[in-house]
Amino acid sequence: MTKQVQRLDRVIIRFAGDSGDGMQLTGDRFTAGTAEFGNDLSTLPNFPAEIRAPAGTLPGVSSFQLHFADHDILTPGDAPNVLVAMNPAALKANLGDLPRGADVIANVDEFTRRNLQKVGYEANPLEDDSLAEWRVHAVPLTSLTVRALEGFALSKKDAERCKNMFALGLLSWLYHRPTEATIRFLESKFAKSPDIAKANIAAFQAGWNYGETTESFSVSYEVKPARLAPGVYRNISGNQALAYGLIAASVRSRLPLFLGSYPITPASDILHELSRHKRFGIRTFQAEDEIAGVGAALGAAFGGALGVTTTSGPGVALKAETVGLAVTTELPLIVVDVQRAGPSTGMPTKTEQTDLLMAMYGRNGESPLPIVAPSTPSDCFDAAIEAARIAVKYRTPVMLLSDGYLANGSEPWKVPSAADLPDISTAFADTPNGDDGTTFLPFSRDPVTLARPWAIPGTAGLEHRIGGIEKADGTGNISYDPGNHDRMVRLRQAKIDGIARDIPPLEVDDPDGGARVLVIGWGSTYGPIAAAVRRVRRAGGRVAQAHLRHLNPLPANTGEVLRSYDRVLLPEINLGQLALLLRARFLVDVIGHNRVRGLPFKAEELAAVIQDVIDSE
Amino acid sequence: MSEHNGDVNGNGGGGARGGLSLVPKTGVKQAMKDFKSDQEVRWCPGCGDYAILAAVQSFVPELGLRRENMVFVSGIGCSSRFPYYMNTYGFHSIHGRAPAIATGLAASRPDLSVWVITGDGDALSIGGNHLIHALRRNVNLNILLFNNRIYGLTKGQYSPTSEVGKITKSTPMGSLDRPFNPISLALGAEATFVARTVDSDRRHLQSVLRQATEHRGASLVEIYQNCNIFNDGAFDALKDPEQRDDITLRLEHGRPIASASKAARRTADGGIEVVPRSEVSEEEILVHDAHRADPSTAFALSRLDEPAFEHVPIGVFRSVERPSYDELMADQLAEAVDRAGSGDLDGLLMAGDTWRIG
Ligand code: SF4
Repeated sequence: MTKQVQRLDRVIIRFAGDSGDGMQLTGDRFTAGTAEFGNDLSTLPNFPAEIRAPAGTLPGVSSFQLHFADHDILTPGDAPNVLVAMNPAALKANLGDLPRGADVIANVDEFTRRNLQKVGYEANPLEDDSLAEWRVHAVPLTSLTVRALEGFALSKKDAERCKNMFALGLLSWLYHRPTEATIRFLESKFAKSPDIAKANIAAFQAGWNYGETTESFSVSYEVKPARLAPGVYRNISGNQALAYGLIAASVRSRLPLFLGSYPITPASDILHELSRHKRFGIRTFQAEDEIAGVGAALGAAFGGALGVTTTSGPGVALKAETVGLAVTTELPLIVVDVQRAGPSTGMPTKTEQTDLLMAMYGRNGESPLPIVAPSTPSDCFDAAIEAARIAVKYRTPVMLLSDGYLANGSEPWKVPSAADLPDISTAFADTPNGDDGTTFLPFSRDPVTLARPWAIPGTAGLEHRIGGIEKADGTGNISYDPGNHDRMVRLRQAKIDGIARDIPPLEVDDPDGGARVLVIGWGSTYGPIAAAVRRVRRAGGRVAQAHLRHLNPLPANTGEVLRSYDRVLLPEINLGQLALLLRARFLVDVIGHNRVRGLPFKAEELAAVIQDVIDSE
Repeated sequence: MSEHNGDVNGNGGGGARGGLSLVPKTGVKQAMKDFKSDQEVRWCPGCGDYAILAAVQSFVPELGLRRENMVFVSGIGCSSRFPYYMNTYGFHSIHGRAPAIATGLAASRPDLSVWVITGDGDALSIGGNHLIHALRRNVNLNILLFNNRIYGLTKGQYSPTSEVGKITKSTPMGSLDRPFNPISLALGAEATFVARTVDSDRRHLQSVLRQATEHRGASLVEIYQNCNIFNDGAFDALKDPEQRDDITLRLEHGRPIASASKAARRTADGGIEVVPRSEVSEEEILVHDAHRADPSTAFALSRLDEPAFEHVPIGVFRSVERPSYDELMADQLAEAVDRAGSGDLDGLLMAGDTWRIG
C-alpha cells in the first residue's frame, strides 16, 4: 500500500499518559529526532509533583508537548494537533486543549471499565460518538507491543512497559523522524541489560512498521527542516543551559565554582548537572537546608570562589537573610530562583513569575540587588554569565530569575564557542589601599563602579573583618553613626543603580515604526508575547514589542521607551508585579494582563489581548 | 592586583593529614600582640569572654601559621563579636549560620585555618541544624562553643543549655525545657573531636586548643564561660578552690579518670559510675581512651555531670581520625580530572546530540 505524504509547515504533538508510562522520555526522544532532522522546535513538559500518583487517575497524568516547524518558532504551541493518550485519564485531562479536527491516538487496551470508572467516564468515549469532533485512531498499543515482543524472554509486565517506545515508533513513522539516534540511545541507556535494550528497540521498530502497514493511518506528514542561522546546534533545556552558563562563567571569570544547594523542584536539575562536572574544579555541596546552601556559597565567595546557590519557591524565602548579608558585606553571589507556583509550597511543578517583588524587596532593611531574567530556555546560558559578570564586577549578590517553564522547556541552541564568550575575570586586592600605604580599607570603593575590593583570606597585609553590622564607610569597622548609616545605605543603592550604565538599552521591535501600542514583558513570557505580536502583525495590526532582561536596575532608557507609546501592555504570570514597579517609577499607566494558572501564556490569547488594546485606541 | 591562582582551587591529593598541615607557615616569630586587632573590646567588664580571647590570642602564635591564612567566623551573640578582636580575617555572620558559612570556606580552601566562634544560643538553638551537620561531615573547623547557659546579648532569656526551672525574664515561673548537653549532642552527631574546658583555666583551655588544632576535621570545644551579668556564678563549683579538685575529672588519653577524691569505674551493666577513690583499687579506675572508635564510653562520660556538677569531666572526650570533608571533596575533583582530564568548555558545550546547519 502506498501512502500519501502530506507537507506541513508545523506540528504540535502532545504525548500524555500515566506518570509511570514514560511520557517524558518518549517526548525527549521524539525531540532529539526532531532536532537531528533540523526542524526548529520548542517543548513543554507538564508533570505532577507526586513521583507516583495513583495509576490511571487524573492527578497522575504526565504530558510532554512538542512544537516543531520548518521555520523559526517561539513557543511550544497553544493547542496540539495530535494527542497521544495512553489511557482514559490522559484523554480526559487533555481533551479540553484539543482543537476540533485534531488527531487523537488512543491506547485502546487501557480503556477498560475500571480505568474508565477511575476518571468518571460512564461509557467508553472511543465507542460512542462523543469524540466525533476529532479524528480518533484507537490503537491497541499495549497488546501490539506485547505481541511484537513475544520472542523475548520478558515478563508480560516488562513487555508492556515498552509500549511507550511502540508509540514513539509509530509517531516517528507518522512524521518521518530519523530513527538511528533513538536506537543508539536505547542501546546506551540499557547497556547494562541488553535484553531490555533489544526489546525496547524491537517495540520502537514495531511501532514504525505498524504505521507503515496499518490502515488506520493513511497519511504521513513531512515537515521540512527550518532555515536557522548556520552553526552547530543542540537541543537544550533551561536548567541545563543555566548550569552550562554557570560553568562557562567559572571558566571565563577564572574563579572556581562553588554551588551550595538543597534539593527542590524544579531547581534540582541544576545541582544534578553541576555535580557531574567536577573536572572543571566545581564543588557542589548538598547542604542540610536552603539556608546552609546559600551560607556555604557565601562563605566560599569570601574565600574567592564564584559562589552560587539554586532554589525555587519557598526556598528563596529561606535564603533571604543570607542574601541580605551578601548585600551588606558586598560579596559576589549568584542566587538562582527557578520560580514556581506559590505561595508556600504552591504547585511545585508549575510555572509562575511571582518572585519578582521578593527578589526586589524580600529582605529586611534597604538591600538592593541586581536582577537578571532569561527569556527562553537557551537564553538561560547567557543570562547566567551576565549574572556572574555583574556579581563579580560589582561585588554583589545577583538574583537570576528563571522559572519552571524555562527550566524544563527546551529548544535548539546554536552552540557558542568558548572563546567568543565575554571575559568576566576580576582581580583580587593584593596591596593595602589606605593613604599611608599600610592600612587596608575593605570598604573603600572604585570611583566608577562603587565596588569594594575583594580581598580574600591568604592575602598578607589585608586581614580584615566583615559582617552584618553596619560598617564605617572605608574602614569597614562597626559603626552606629547616623550619618554614616545614611551614607552607606545610599552608597549601596547607588552602586546597584549605577549598573544601568553597564547594561544594554531596552530595544524595541517595531518593524513599521508606526505602532502606538507597546507590549512589554520580562522573563519567560518572551516566546508567547513574540508569537502573539507576529499574529497581530500578520493580521495587519501595528504593535511594538520590548522585553526586559535586567529588572534591576532597569535599562537607562526604559522610561523614555514607555512614554513614547500611547498604550503600554504588560502580560505577566502574576498579579502585576513588574507593572507595579513600572507605574511607580515612571508614572506610566501600564495595562496589565495577568493569569496565574501555573502555565505559560498562549499566543492566541495574548494576540487577542493585544488586538483589544489596539482597538481601544 | 593578583590574578586568581591555583591555591584557591585547593585540589590536593588524599591521605590522612595533620590538623593544619595544609596551612602555610610563617617564618617569623609571632607574639600575642600580633593577633590583637585595633578594635576596642566591648564585652561587659568581668565577662568570661575576655579570658577566652586572651587565651586564644596567646595560644595561636605557637601554631606558627601565617596570620592571613587564619579566619574566624561567628554567628550572633556576645561571643560572636570575637572575630573583630582578632587580627586575622574574620566574618561576623548571621545568627546560627556560622558553621554553614565556614563550611563553604573550609571546603573550598584547605589552605586556611578556619575557626567558628559560637555560643549556646547560636550553636544549639537557632543554628543547631548547621552544627550537627558540620560535625557529621567532619569539616575542617575548630568550633569554640562558649557556653554560658543564658542569652546575654538579648539581655537574659534562658538558653538551650539552661537548667530546667531557670527563672528569667521570659520564664518568670521557670523554664520548662530540658537542656542540651553539648558534648552528648556532638557525640551523637558523629563528631570526631569533642572536648570541654573552662574559661578561667587558661592552661587547660590552651591544652585543649592545641589538641583541637592538631586534629584534622571538625573539632568541637565546649568552653564553660561565665556571664557575670545574667548568669553569674554558673560554673563557680568548677572554680572554687575548696571543691574544684574534687568534682573535676580531667580526661587525659591513657590516664585514669579520677579527681582528688573520686574515681570513675565501669559498672556491671557496662555503664560508668563515679565513686569515692577509697572504694576502688587503682586497677579498677577507668583509663581514658579518647581514640576509641566506638563513642559509647565517651557518651557515658558526657552523662556524668547529671545531676549538674557533682563531678564534671573536662578535657578531650573523643579524638578519632576520619578524612575531613575538604579532603574528600578535593579528592573527588582530582579523581574526575584523572578519569577524563580537566574540563574543556568547548568540549562540554558540543557534547551530546548536535547537528550542523549551513
Ligand atoms: S552579657 Fe554576659 S556574656 Fe554578654 S558580654 Fe556581658 S557578661 Fe559577657
